[in-house]
Amino acid sequence: MMQSPDLPDIEQRIALLCERHGCEPRRLLQILIDVQEIYTFIPPQALTAIARHLPLPRVSVEGVAGFYSFLSLEPAGQYRILFSDNVTDRMLGNEELMRQFCNKLWLEPGKVSEDELVSADFTSCTGMCDQGPAALINGWPVTRLNRERIDLIADLILAKSPVASWPPTLFEVNDNIRRTDRLLDESFEPGSAIKAAVTRGAEAIFTELKLSRLRGRGGAGYKTAEKWITCRNSPAPARYIVCNADEGEPGTFKDRVLLNRLADTVFEGMTVGARLLSSAKGFLYLRGEYRYLLEKLEEILARRREAGLLGSNILGEPGFDFDIEIHLGAGAYICGEESGMIESLEGRRGKPRNRPPYPAQHGYLDQPTVVNNVETFACAAMIAVHGGKWFGETGTWESSGSKILSISGDCHWPGIYEYPFGVSVQKILEDCGAQEPYAVQVGGPSGILVSWQEFERSISFEDLPTAGAFTIFQRGRDILEAVRNYAHFFAHESCGFCTPCRVGTQLQKKIVDKIANGHGTASDLEELKHLGHLMRTLSHCGLGHAAPNPVLDMLQKFPGAYEQKLTSLSFEPAFDLDAALATARRITGRDDPSAHLP
Amino acid sequence: MISTITIDGKTVPFTEEQTIMDAALAAGVYIPHLCHNPEFKPHGSCKLCVVEANGRNVTSCTMPASPGMVVVNDTPELNEDRKALVQMLFVEGNHICPACEATGNCQLQAAGYYLHMQSPHFMHFYPPRRVDASHPDIFLDLNRCILCELCVRASRDIDKKSVFGISSRGIDSHLVVNSESGRLGDTSMAVTDKAAHVCPTGAILIKRKGYTVPMGKRLFDQKTLPEFHLEQQKRVEPEDGPDGG
Ligand SMILES: Cc1cc2nc3c(=O)[nH]c(=O)nc-3n(C[C@H](O)[C@H](O)[C@H](O)COP(=O)(O)O)c2cc1C
Ligand code: SF4
Ligand code: SF4
Ligand code: FES
Repeated sequence: MMQSPDLPDIEQRIALLCERHGCEPRRLLQILIDVQEIYTFIPPQALTAIARHLPLPRVSVEGVAGFYSFLSLEPAGQYRILFSDNVTDRMLGNEELMRQFCNKLWLEPGKVSEDELVSADFTSCTGMCDQGPAALINGWPVTRLNRERIDLIADLILAKSPVASWPPTLFEVNDNIRRTDRLLDESFEPGSAIKAAVTRGAEAIFTELKLSRLRGRGGAGYKTAEKWITCRNSPAPARYIVCNADEGEPGTFKDRVLLNRLADTVFEGMTVGARLLSSAKGFLYLRGEYRYLLEKLEEILARRREAGLLGSNILGEPGFDFDIEIHLGAGAYICGEESGMIESLEGRRGKPRNRPPYPAQHGYLDQPTVVNNVETFACAAMIAVHGGKWFGETGTWESSGSKILSISGDCHWPGIYEYPFGVSVQKILEDCGAQEPYAVQVGGPSGILVSWQEFERSISFEDLPTAGAFTIFQRGRDILEAVRNYAHFFAHESCGFCTPCRVGTQLQKKIVDKIANGHGTASDLEELKHLGHLMRTLSHCGLGHAAPNPVLDMLQKFPGAYEQKLTSLSFEPAFDLDAALATARRITGRDDPSAHLP
Repeated sequence: MISTITIDGKTVPFTEEQTIMDAALAAGVYIPHLCHNPEFKPHGSCKLCVVEANGRNVTSCTMPASPGMVVVNDTPELNEDRKALVQMLFVEGNHICPACEATGNCQLQAAGYYLHMQSPHFMHFYPPRRVDASHPDIFLDLNRCILCELCVRASRDIDKKSVFGISSRGIDSHLVVNSESGRLGDTSMAVTDKAAHVCPTGAILIKRKGYTVPMGKRLFDQKTLPEFHLEQQKRVEPEDGPDGG
């Protein structure tokens, strides 16, 4: 065990911090995020002190701190750089940049430097795929990394320059909106949707929502009106509105742009929901990667309170009280799953709950809760203003309205594209300037790997449902490498609660690695299918159910991606003796032929 | 009127609030399980108890029974999948049964036998796991922990001590104890605690008790896992329990 550093005033500081959060156990994750900001890691004494103040068993506090990737229980350096490791960052050379960075600072990836100044590691997609390779430095996004930028960053760190004084261009994040339709075209007057809800009444807005046929934009496509009605019909002293801005699906970044551009519309959608469901409290669950948007969003909330669009007696309506609290995530994809999100909001590990009951009946603090995607709330606000008929005029019958896509990978103009539902993959590829496209991962690793033979298929719930990710691979790209990246993603993000996913995602990762390293056999392909079956049919939540998707799609559609990599043997041991000697070679600095097994 | 479900064609009554597992065990119908123990709040993590209910796979220890539900449980396909889950639990930890003090008393081992597991099948992970002998009466060996959280539940809900919890995520998930040093000896754990006696494997062992019962005469040398689990159910049922007492 590590010797814990001497931190003289930690007791008082933690006491103050807990007080600032009302000593509420549900604020635990927020408290831990603050501790990490103060100390750059979470010292063991802090866990003990927090446990005393909330009060909670220390073991629970430690359990929460250990769950989230961005929280570190060991010193992680004054500067912590996390390279985004989506497949698009890979294609743009993030591994080489990581090497360059580590060489320059005498670092080993995943370890903190001896002087405890700096550490570097990879992290799951940070949602900057249209301007990668990207990284987070002490939580702040840096984009468009290249050799020059890495040199600059390394020099700034060596000079111990505070991150706040680094050149702002490093942190520039562009919206890159390339195509607009219904949602992004229409201007929005803050207050207009709430006014409609108040003057026309809840029933009228419910009718518009039904008429709109709006389905959730977070991926699963549940009918929004139905979800809201279930929530309203569940008798309870309180109801809650949760906006899911966890946007963890690799390749998805449209919620980032919506929050940067259309935050008013999103908050207004939540407030309309509050009016319809008689809810007094809402949360925006903002993924830790989007921490840089927090101040701006807080300002918008403050402005809305001043304008009487949040707070008590909204728009002068007696008893119409609603406010929104922003809750930060800290690097856990599973917290995008709605029940994991609710656990996280309550200050616990983001472990998905048993269902039934569903959140619309028993959610936050066991009260009826609607969880919706950022885009869904924006749509709801527009429907309140323009009506369900207007909304349903575009798209298809099953998939009304438009969809905002996050396009990245091999194309000229990566960014945000809004299309009516039903648009073909082919049309999108043409619009974004994709050259010799070969495959598209629609909906991220949880979605569908579409081959060049299927480009006439359409973006819609009835054909290719998606939360928005659209990652393009051109001819010549190694699909196996992409699938390997995805397999690593799921293994890293599995919450570890249930056996099939905790162990299955690891086994899947190891076998895909084995094939990529040229040691795979025909029996490994069978094993991947077997694991796929186990994860799909036995897992506790959607993460485990979707984890085999990219692998199984590749097996079915891209035999060329792995066949020539298989050894001719039918059985190859998983244990590679030569690879096991790699450490010895590194220590002795040898890599000559006689340091390898024949 | 009493509501019923069917399990593999057999009619099984259930009362409100009962899960499929509760109803099955009360009726003497065996659904394989590891993380479930009728004395504690259901957990639903091992997934051995997954059954098909009305055509959908569900976790029977957490899924409420509903009138007319048609449950499929004891099929070669489901048992094959359950065997794979047990194999997964074996390879993710370090289980050296012949050298383990718990051999013969271990439910993981017994589940392997029951499901005709001949080999671990999957590649071993050989994870480095902690062993903690700091407590005077209790030995903690995380090499054998299957993350069933029975000790967590027992300590939290029965002993009211919360000595145990889970930290980290994914494959790194591991048991932690309630002390800043991380040592069991520095917690309030007592050998008389319920939590000291619920571990289905040999991860929590009572010191100096290991070999009082010789191999060959141990729990699962005498009975099968289904027999053990169905008796366990009887112990928690009140006299006029669901199956009529
Ligand atoms: C592993 C996992 C991750 C998810 N991540 C997100 C996410 O980042 N954003 C989101 O809106 N929905 C996500 N979802 C879906 C949510 O559980 C939920 O269905 C959604 O927020 C409902 O909103 P909608 O009806 O507006 O789509 C995720 C689901 C799973 C299983
Ligand atoms: S499927 Fe994976 S992410 Fe979901 S509960 Fe199981 S281990 Fe956790
Ligand atoms: S120590 Fe035993 S009871 Fe506790 S979680 Fe591990 S296997 Fe379950
Ligand atoms: S017994 Fe039901 S999941 Fe473990």
